[in-house]
This record gives sequence, C-alpha cells and structure tokens, in this order.
Amino acid sequence: MSNTLFEAQSISKKYGDFVALDNINISVPKGSIFGLLGPNGAGKTTFIRIINQITLPDTGNLLFNGREFLTKDIEKIGYLPEERGLYKKMQVGEQCLYLAQLRGLDKVEAKKRLRFWFEKFGIQGWWNKKVEELSKGMAQKVQFVVTVIHEPELLILDEPFTGFDPVNASLIRDEILEIRKKGATIIFSTHRMETVEDLCDSIALINKSKKILDGTVSEIRKQYKTNTFRIEFIGNLVNFTNAIWAGAELLDKKQDGDHCTVTLKILGQNSPNSLIANVLPTCQIISFNEIVPTMSDIFIKTVQAD
Amino acid sequence: MGKIGLIIRREYSTRVRKRSFIIMTFLGPILMAAIGIVPVWLASVNESVRIVQIIDESGTVEYKLKSSNNIKFVYSQQPFNSAKKQLEKSDFYAMVHIPSFKDGDLVHLQRNIKIYAYSQVSLNVKVYIQNQIEKQLEREMLKAENVDQAIVERTESTIDVQIPVIELADVKNKNASADVELSTALGAFSGILIYIFIFLFGAQVMRGVIEEKTNRIVEVIVSSVKPFQLMMGKIIGIAFVGLTQFLLWILLTAGIYTAFLGSVKQKFSSDNIEMIMKKSPDGTSVDDIDKIMSTQKAIERVNQINWGLLIPCFIFYFIGGYLLYGALFAAIGGAVDSESDTQQFMLPITIPLIFSFVMAQTVLNDPTGTMAKWLSIIPFTSPIIMMVRLPFKVPVEELIASMVCLVLGFVFTTWIAAKIYRTGILMYGKRITWKDLGKWLRY
Repeated sequence: MSNTLFEAQSISKKYGDFVALDNINISVPKGSIFGLLGPNGAGKTTFIRIINQITLPDTGNLLFNGREFLTKDIEKIGYLPEERGLYKKMQVGEQCLYLAQLRGLDKVEAKKRLRFWFEKFGIQGWWNKKVEELSKGMAQKVQFVVTVIHEPELLILDEPFTGFDPVNASLIRDEILEIRKKGATIIFSTHRMETVEDLCDSIALINKSKKILDGTVSEIRKQYKTNTFRIEFIGNLVNFTNAIWAGAELLDKKQDGDHCTVTLKILGQNSPNSLIANVLPTCQIISFNEIVPTMSDIFIKTVQAD
Repeated sequence: MGKIGLIIRREYSTRVRKRSFIIMTFLGPILMAAIGIVPVWLASVNESVRIVQIIDESGTVEYKLKSSNNIKFVYSQQPFNSAKKQLEKSDFYAMVHIPSFKDGDLVHLQRNIKIYAYSQVSLNVKVYIQNQIEKQLEREMLKAENVDQAIVERTESTIDVQIPVIELADVKNKNASADVELSTALGAFSGILIYIFIFLFGAQVMRGVIEEKTNRIVEVIVSSVKPFQLMMGKIIGIAFVGLTQFLLWILLTAGIYTAFLGSVKQKFSSDNIEMIMKKSPDGTSVDDIDKIMSTQKAIERVNQINWGLLIPCFIFYFIGGYLLYGALFAAIGGAVDSESDTQQFMLPITIPLIFSFVMAQTVLNDPTGTMAKWLSIIPFTSPIIMMVRLPFKVPVEELIASMVCLVLGFVFTTWIAAKIYRTGILMYGKRITWKDLGKWLRY
C-alpha cells in the first residue's frame, strides 16, 4: 500500500435523483501522473471536487497515504480547477500572497517562494500590476504558480494547458515533470489524448458516472491492440498478397509504382515473424510497424461501446 | 479562525482602498449637510424681498402691519381701480385691497378683503398677509369692545408655551420627561440609518459574491477554505468596511458640527448677550435671545435621552440587522450568474425592508401600539422598527424578546444562506429558479 498516495473506495454521489458518481474505485500510485478521463458531464469535476473536499461523497472512503483523508490534508493538495480565475481588481503580488496564505503558508515564506517562482517564470514585473491588465495566458501562469506554491504532495490539474501558447504550454509541461521528479503525484484531467499519451503513467476513464476503464497507459494500449501491422515494401503487390493470404487479412493498400504500403491484420496464432518469413521472397521490406491504438481511439471506442 | 481572518482582512483592505470608498467617505457628510442646508438656502434665495401694496380704504390697518424679512408692506392712497390697472407693470408682488366699511361692521369687512396678483401667490406670503391682517382686525375688534389698548399690547407679548410630559409610570427615572419631538427625530434617524446600512452594504456582499463567481476564483478559494468560512468572512469584512465608513462619517460630521457650533458660540458669547439685552427694544435682538434660550433647552433635551440604552441597542440592531440580511444577500449572490439575474430573488428581501421603512411613520405615531409591538419583535422588521420605538419607552421584556428573535433569525437566515451559497457558487450557466433553491436546501 505504501506506493499508493491516494485511494478512492466505492465513492458515490447523488444530486437529488441524478447520480453523479456511481461506486468509483480509483488508486493513484505515488509519484505518478494519473489521467482522469471522460467525456463532458461524466462526473470528473464532481470527483475532483470530492478529492478537494469541496463536495462530500454520499458513500465511500478516501485514503491519503494509506490512512483516512483528513480536513487538514487539503493543505497537501494543489488544485487548478477548470473554471479558474483571479480577482481582477487586485494586484498580482498581493493576490498571490493571499492565496498562498489561504493554502497554509505564512506570509514570509509565501513571499520568499513567490519571489523564486516569479523569477523562474520571468514575471517579476507583474507584482504590482492588476490582474485585469494581464492577458489570459499571463493570468494562467500566475494561477499555476499559486497552485504549486505550497509544494503539494498531490497536484490536481484540470485542463492545465488551455489558454497557453505552445511555448508556454511546453514550459508548464516541463514544470509538471519537474514537480513529479521532486516526488509529487499528479492527477491530470484533460480531453487532449495526445497529452495523456505524452504525460500520463496510468489513467481511469469515467463515463456516465461509472469507471469503465483503468490501468497503466502502456497496458491499456497493449490490451486494445488488434494485431494490425503496416508494411512498406518495394515489389509486386499481387505476389505479396498471394504470400500472406492464409495468415493475414489485408485491410488497406496503397501503390505507387512498385512502392507499396499495406495495412494488415495477422490472423489466429500466426506471429509477425512467420508473416515476414512468408513475404520475404516476394519483396524488399522497407519498414514493418505494429499499429498500436492511440488513447484517442481507445477513448472513443470504449465510450461508444458503453 | 486564521483563514476566516485572512478573508476578512482581504475583503476589508481591498474595499477601503477603493476610490469609491474614499469618495463616499467625503461625499456622505456633505450630502447629509446638503439635505439640511439646501432647502433653507433655496428658500432664502427664492424669497427675495416681496413688496406688497396695501390699498386701505377702511383705515383700519394702515401703517400697522409688520413687514418681515422678505415681505414688505407699502401703503398707497391711490384709488383701487387705477392701482389694479397699474399692478401688472408695477414692481409689486401683490396688492391687498381693504375696502371701506360702514357702521364698524368688521365681520363684513373681513369677508371683503382680497389679494390681487398677476402671478401665483406663494402660500407662505398668503398666510403671512392673512396673519397680519387677522391680528390687526382682532385689535380693532377689541377696541370696538372698549378693551384698553394697553392691556391688548401687554397680552400680545409672545407667549412661548412648552408643555413637558411627565411619565408617571417610571417615577424613579429622574429624566422621565422625555421629549417627544426629539425622540421622534432620533427614532426616525436611527431607523433610516440602519435601513441605508443594510441596503448599501448588503448589496455589496451580494456583488462581492457575484464577482467571485463570475471571476471563477471561487473554486480555487473553496478548495482551501469551507464555503461557509468564505461567506462569513465576506459578510464580516464588509461589515467592518461599513462601520469604518460610518465612523468616518460621524467624525467628519462632528467636525463640521463643532466648527458650526464654534461660530454660533462666538456670536452668542456672554458679552454679546448682554449687548443684545441692552438693545432689547429692537425686535431682532429679542429673536436672538430666543435662539440662545432654545439652544440651551435643546441641550437639556438631548441630555434627557437615555443614551446608555440607546447607543448599545443601536449597535446591536445595526449589526444584527445587517448580519440577518447580509446572509440572504450572500445567498442570492451565490445563486445567480450576474447582477441582472438578481431581480426575482431580491424582491422577498427588499419587501420587509421597505415595509418596515414605510411602517416607521405609523409606529412613530403610536410607538406602544400592537402593530409597533409585533413589528419590533419580528426579526425581519425589528432592526428598523425597534430603533424607531426605542427613544420612547419600550418594556424590557419586549426588548429582550426582540433581541432574542433577531439572534435566532440571524442564525436561521445564515443556515439557509449557507446551504444555498455552497451549492450555488459552483453552478455556472444555469438560470436558477425558486424550485432549485428549495432543492439545494435538501442537499
């Protein structure tokens, strides 16, 4: 249990007759980046609010570091909600100090750390500016700083990259990885599947208030493999198809003179090696790749099947 | 407490530094002073000296009517008809015609006196002329009845009757002779003050909550503190802002007042009084002495009020009323997405407030009646009505009942508000109905 930071056991939540969460079990390994996925309205936000103790679950337990999740543990969490903002009329520095103090830092420490972060992001000049003078991306940067200022053990980020240009998005991405390297655990909610593949170690997929899939990203992708391969070769397409006909099914083909690209599914117990052995005499192979489903494919497939 | 303290401090410090707060601080006393001064000033500007021509064919009032500061009587021997024709082009504001009469029939005469004018004659000019002529005719009548002129003149010296009310119910209280006018003014004033405070700063609570919601900062904050802490922090913080504002208003007004008093005192220093006394045959000086006497009386009257009860009660109802309504305002702010959506929920809050404001008049007329009694116990009207009643005697048990009800009422509205608030602040983009609010209470 020691390598699980956060665990939710059979969490359910109802609003009147509407079931927002139905018996959710999730465990987040320590030091991992955990993707919380699901279509709009699936219950992700409710679940995240429960983790943040904003909403109380009707039933179920939450464990933090293997013990009961207490009110004061909230100070070990950093939360960047999807619906986020700052006081427009307040100065940036003053506001950051206020929010840092609300997270339990004392004023002196908060000031010291803010100075460090402002320098790191090159935004020292913003201290006395009002938030309404900042662009959306600038405000997002300030918000990120405020979220991580108290060095939380658990960082919950809901769509952290929206509003950032690619340069700043990659800056934030690097920061997230850096924070993880220092030992923090990150729960990450997003609709962008490419960032899930890029960053997440494991995921849980919630749909219609229920968890329908979870595990590590590599496992899940392996699980959804369909034994499909793409082969690029120079040679005669007819000879090639004749050579494979018993062991594989041809899904797609492209021909440009004698340069061909085919997508095929290996059938039954046949292995890729035997397939290559069969086709080797007929052509010159340029590339041979397994087609692993993307998280996006898996997302769409599982949600639609549900 | 630590985090609520942080919230209170933020609410307070951001608000008192706002330009609007500073402007209001200086504007408030000026506005208050203006309410008192402008009508007087306007009246004095408007009423430039008006000359009224008297055509006295009867010879009864001639040279006997007393002119005032802004109404001067001039007498003319011109025949009535030609004077009437010339009136339009003349500088006279109006013309009074007193026809000749026979056989000393003053009753007949007074029915035939008329005022002629080309423009509308203002009411106070008309009343003044009437009073003057009435007085003169009275004298004539007394003369006709053979009453000694000397006696008439002696009795006419102004008699100023001040009838104190002695309250027999409370003999122990030496200051029992409460002054009705002052009590009325005091009650009305403190009632209005509480009314204004609740509306002004209650609305600020609501706007503050809406601001947090539309800024989308609320979710960040409620992940650090409980929604209840945020709500109470805001209500309390704004209460301090309001108290600061009022304190500054009182200090500034007191400053203006003492400056004013200083100039008045100089005018009526004891040396001056003696001088005025010496001059006393002159009519205006007598007026001045009257003023001094009435100032002294006013001070006595002020001292008769039971301030030891009034001030603590004022503070209690001031804060209690604000907290009761402030919580409701916060709940509305939490339930809506923008200020334009607040209308439908504002009505039930404003109705009891405006109702008590309107009823204050009735209560002033009958401060011990059944209506006054109940309205000062129901917590939604009590902050205003009880303050209106208090300068008049209120039985202790009623006061206690009212205070207990207000505290209970505050706990109740805060409990309801907290439930609506904590659900509402995290709801975006949905138009909330009364039914939704009912549902939230059960979450």
